[in-house]
Amino acid sequence: MNKINKLFSDNKDSKLLSLYFCAGCPTLEGTGDIIKTLERRGINMIEVGVPFSDPMADGPVIQAAATKALKNGMSLRKLFSQLKAIKDEVNIPLILMGYLNVMMQYGFENFFKTCQECGVSGAIIPDLPFDDYLELKPIADKYDIRIIMLITPETSEERIRFIDDNTDGFIYMVSSASTTGAQKSFDEAKQEYFQRINGMNLRNPRMIGFGISNKQTLESSQQNAAGAIIGSKFVQLLDNANGNADKAMDDLYDALSK
Amino acid sequence: MSKYTVNEQGFYGNYGGAYIPEILYKTVEDLKKAYEPIIESEEFKKEYHALLKDYVGRPSPLYYAKRMSEKYGCQLYLKREDLNHTGAHKINNALGQILLAKKMGKTRIIAETGAGQHGVATATACALMDMPCTVYMGALDVQRQHVNVERMKMLGATVHPVESGNKTLKDGTNEAIRDWCCNPSDTFYIIGSTVGPHPYPEMVARLQSVISEEIKWQLQEKIGRDYPDYLMACVGGGSNAAGTIYHYLDDERVKIILGEAGGLGVDTDKTAASMQVGTLGILHGSRIKLMQTEDGQIIEPYSISAGLDYPGTGPLHCNLYETGRAQVLPANDDEALRAAFELTRMEGIIPALESAHALALLPKVASQFKKDDVVVLTVSGRGDKDLDTYLSHQSEISL
Repeated sequence: MNKINKLFSDNKDSKLLSLYFCAGCPTLEGTGDIIKTLERRGINMIEVGVPFSDPMADGPVIQAAATKALKNGMSLRKLFSQLKAIKDEVNIPLILMGYLNVMMQYGFENFFKTCQECGVSGAIIPDLPFDDYLELKPIADKYDIRIIMLITPETSEERIRFIDDNTDGFIYMVSSASTTGAQKSFDEAKQEYFQRINGMNLRNPRMIGFGISNKQTLESSQQNAAGAIIGSKFVQLLDNANGNADKAMDDLYDALSK
Repeated sequence: MSKYTVNEQGFYGNYGGAYIPEILYKTVEDLKKAYEPIIESEEFKKEYHALLKDYVGRPSPLYYAKRMSEKYGCQLYLKREDLNHTGAHKINNALGQILLAKKMGKTRIIAETGAGQHGVATATACALMDMPCTVYMGALDVQRQHVNVERMKMLGATVHPVESGNKTLKDGTNEAIRDWCCNPSDTFYIIGSTVGPHPYPEMVARLQSVISEEIKWQLQEKIGRDYPDYLMACVGGGSNAAGTIYHYLDDERVKIILGEAGGLGVDTDKTAASMQVGTLGILHGSRIKLMQTEDGQIIEPYSISAGLDYPGTGPLHCNLYETGRAQVLPANDDEALRAAFELTRMEGIIPALESAHALALLPKVASQFKKDDVVVLTVSGRGDKDLDTYLSHQSEISL
């Protein structure tokens, strides 16, 4: 069974926490250590960012991390070799998150095949159009890789249904009309959006991401979905801790308790 | 339906599409549905054409360049987009899109700019229509084109210098897209070139197609037939070239020659000649020929001209190049500089550095011309903004 599917079927009631970090930032060789530390510290799923030179859906923190990672020499090839090396030591699902051009240049079939070989369970590609997703899905399925699609406050109910009908794993629910980046609170409009989606009784579990950085935003997400995804906040803490993942986790748990 | 225009899925052959984050899906879809009925409506046409005539000063002249014709052994006509209000062809598109934005009920305008011409055009249109305007511009371009920055500010626009990447047009575009992601419902993004997600490339081409519409009747008046033997233009993102060729795309009697920025040479790593050195990739929502590494990271382009400093070219042009419909040649920095001085001395016209990349092709292709061949070359903008560059290179130029 795909690890993503297993995670959600095993944890129907518990509140999940997924973290994002950009591979290659702050240090080139930190990938394996960060992943193992996060698993040890109770994180349920990890999104490993594949850096791209022009990440148009990301805010300043993740953009800066990608720039640093590329400068450090990170590439998809390099990342795969790092993941392969720790494959047997990781039990939680790993998802690669990156832009379409990087995967296209690697070759889509080759990409999904290598994902499987390296113990990756899913991929998030923010600029992948739905029509192209439908073309890629059979290839991803062949290697048991889930392509995770996003919905936003701008996504129509009809389209959400369509995405729900055609995907498997979970739906990545973007909290707000924004690029990635920490927010202080989720206002009423967001709560309303969360409840509206909740009321749709979708097939797939949902994870809420974008803007989660403290107790209020975390709890709000975990109440309204299977769990929360934290990106920019953790990337920042990891950078502040010079790549010491344990220290970054201490700081994250501290921030999430306030 | 022209075989070179966009298909229903938003592709020109193998190029184009709309590779955008989900947050922009609805906005782009709304635009796709709305733009065609609006720009085809009588109300829009009337308003748009009145502005083009009385505000921009169209039609722009089609000028017979006698001395240059003699030198290059052809009948050379210059399409004078440099004489438009704000100094370039960019205003044709900015006015069209702002009218569209108003009719779609949008209340805020954003734009990217490289040389600053599109930023100035957009800031101008916003002043005219009383709309708030934010322009994203690479920090390096802000330095290189400071006069245009001051113009935009004087027109009431907010100019955001972008410090990421190489601090040029590509980075300004990333930042504009980010703003759009954060404000999809009230903001209209006026893209300045034939790039970005479908329907932008086609929409911008159509709003610039007034250039070739005029060339048709102007040629009819001047030479008794409505088509030239050659059309020439420079191409960065591709908007003035698209406008120049739009109504001739299917007229195979008309040969198309486009000049892209060779920088220090296509065999160096200092170039912006994306059709010569690029490979298939995806940037800013569109599948195009792109300057990139094997790993799919975008390579920073280089050109002396801030307006051509983009790592790709629009999907329309990629397809014209691939199908052989257009000949695309690089013009290097030094060749463009020389061409700018040549036009200045021979015809008394100081062209923009971008336009000089089209002029720089004349010596390269003159051997193709017969004496009676009619060549229409678009001078997309005037050179006032480039005077610092021209003056600093003056001593290197030998005419």
